[in-house]
Amino acid sequence: MLKKLTVSAAPHLHNHAATTQHIMLDVVIALLPTAVAAVWFFGGSALKLIIVAVISAVAAEYIWQKITHKPVTVSDLSAVVTGLLLAFNLPANAPWWLAAVGSFLAIILIKQMFGGLGQNFMNPALASRAILMLSWTGLMAANILPHAGLWVAPAAVDAVSVATPLAHGATGFTLWQLFSGNIPGMLGETCKITLLLGGAYLLIRRVIDWRIPLAFIGTVAIAYFIKTGTLYSVESGAQNVLYQLLSGGLIIGAVFMATDYVTSPITGWGKIIMGVGCGLFLFIIREYSSYPEGCSFAILFMNVLTPLIDRFTGSKPFGYEKPVKPAKEAKA
Amino acid sequence: MKQKKSMRTVFLNGIFNENPTFRLLLGMCPTLAVSTAVFQGLGMGLATTFVLVFSNFVIALLRNVIPDKVRIPAFIVVIATFVTIVDLMLKAFIPSLSQSLGIFIPLIVVNCIIFARAEAFASKNTVLMSITDGLGMGLGFTISITLLSACRELLGNGTLLDIQVMPETFQPMAIALRPPGGFIMLGILLLVINAAGKAIAKRKAIKAKEAEL
Repeated sequence: MLKKLTVSAAPHLHNHAATTQHIMLDVVIALLPTAVAAVWFFGGSALKLIIVAVISAVAAEYIWQKITHKPVTVSDLSAVVTGLLLAFNLPANAPWWLAAVGSFLAIILIKQMFGGLGQNFMNPALASRAILMLSWTGLMAANILPHAGLWVAPAAVDAVSVATPLAHGATGFTLWQLFSGNIPGMLGETCKITLLLGGAYLLIRRVIDWRIPLAFIGTVAIAYFIKTGTLYSVESGAQNVLYQLLSGGLIIGAVFMATDYVTSPITGWGKIIMGVGCGLFLFIIREYSSYPEGCSFAILFMNVLTPLIDRFTGSKPFGYEKPVKPAKEAKA
Repeated sequence: MKQKKSMRTVFLNGIFNENPTFRLLLGMCPTLAVSTAVFQGLGMGLATTFVLVFSNFVIALLRNVIPDKVRIPAFIVVIATFVTIVDLMLKAFIPSLSQSLGIFIPLIVVNCIIFARAEAFASKNTVLMSITDGLGMGLGFTISITLLSACRELLGNGTLLDIQVMPETFQPMAIALRPPGGFIMLGILLLVINAAGKAIAKRKAIKAKEAEL
């Protein structure tokens, strides 16, 4: 009988909506429009990658937990979220095994080996993406032009790798193209409309906090405004604030990746520091490194700093006073 | 008085129980840096074994002569002598290996496996035992570094000893050859080896219990 009762100290709050499963379900719902947009722009190959990534993420979690005799927690949907996010980090032309390998790396190497959900020190999907980028650079850079509404990419599109809007010397894209997602890029990062929609849903449901996304995007905006001095103009090409905000993985990173509970600070000020740090590193990598985009590396770096940030922004207990060092006795 | 160990246990100790790479986690720099190809790993392992055997031999010979206060410089002089011999020999006879190992051959001087064995074993044991220990430790290191290089070369290049092993369609995983890949592969190997070691120990314990009954 006692085993059926949960015994814990007060306060006895009960909240059905605060289980891992509910939160993850909300994240999946928020990600679905982007999945639909990815399939609309990149056709069947996008759907294939998403399905492969999700199935392999869930399978990896199930297999690992069976092998290590741990309780199987597949039903908390966190593996589904990881799989979805990983698929969103692949270009449409990536082979299916890249999605499978990426999911296995994310779940087993980065999440389960460190102790499972809540113990991973980096965002699994992002760390796995970083490994894939370093391993199969060519395959990960094989971005193709979107082919809205077509199930199979036309041969002329399928065979040609094109530069993403951030690549050096990319041809100009209009703001509407960048905003609606009609650009070459990773599956999930292109369509800003659905990403912002999903972000708004998560904010309303209070799944994520406004601080990290706002600080992240705001920092990038300010940094680019200081550097370029233009909000937007056609002549400036990529050198203006709005173009940079709507390019690359900034929005998906700020809304879905940097806000991961496990790998972001829990304190309010900590979240702001996290967002500002992400923004600064993204700006530095985009502008002063050989990589065209640095959203994933920026977030990974701040992930690693999270314990430190939490430590220095922890709240003071009410009535706390700094212990006063006992004054040295005067020499007699 | 310490219990006398047999030569066999001292030799096997270096390969299994106190494997320098997988158990003592010594000599990580060369392990991670040169283990990108089996040929390099094997060469590094054997070069280290050579130095280890001879430095153990000489230090065990001199163990009653070296004053305790200056033992570290004395060890360095002995070790550096043999490292120079290896360095020159490799340059003369296997220049390709010497070139690919580069700075890591002279750096054997500061390899902590060699230091650890000089300090912990050779300076306290007889000559014959020290040579056996050096051989065991050296072979343990060689086996581990070769194993790690084999995994990395197989994944990162699809080859073993430069012979294509993986099918043509295999896309090499470039990160395995880079430093982060080295750390990750080493971690995974440690996990596998320790898990296997635990499983064997468990089985032995069960058998011992059964034998008691």
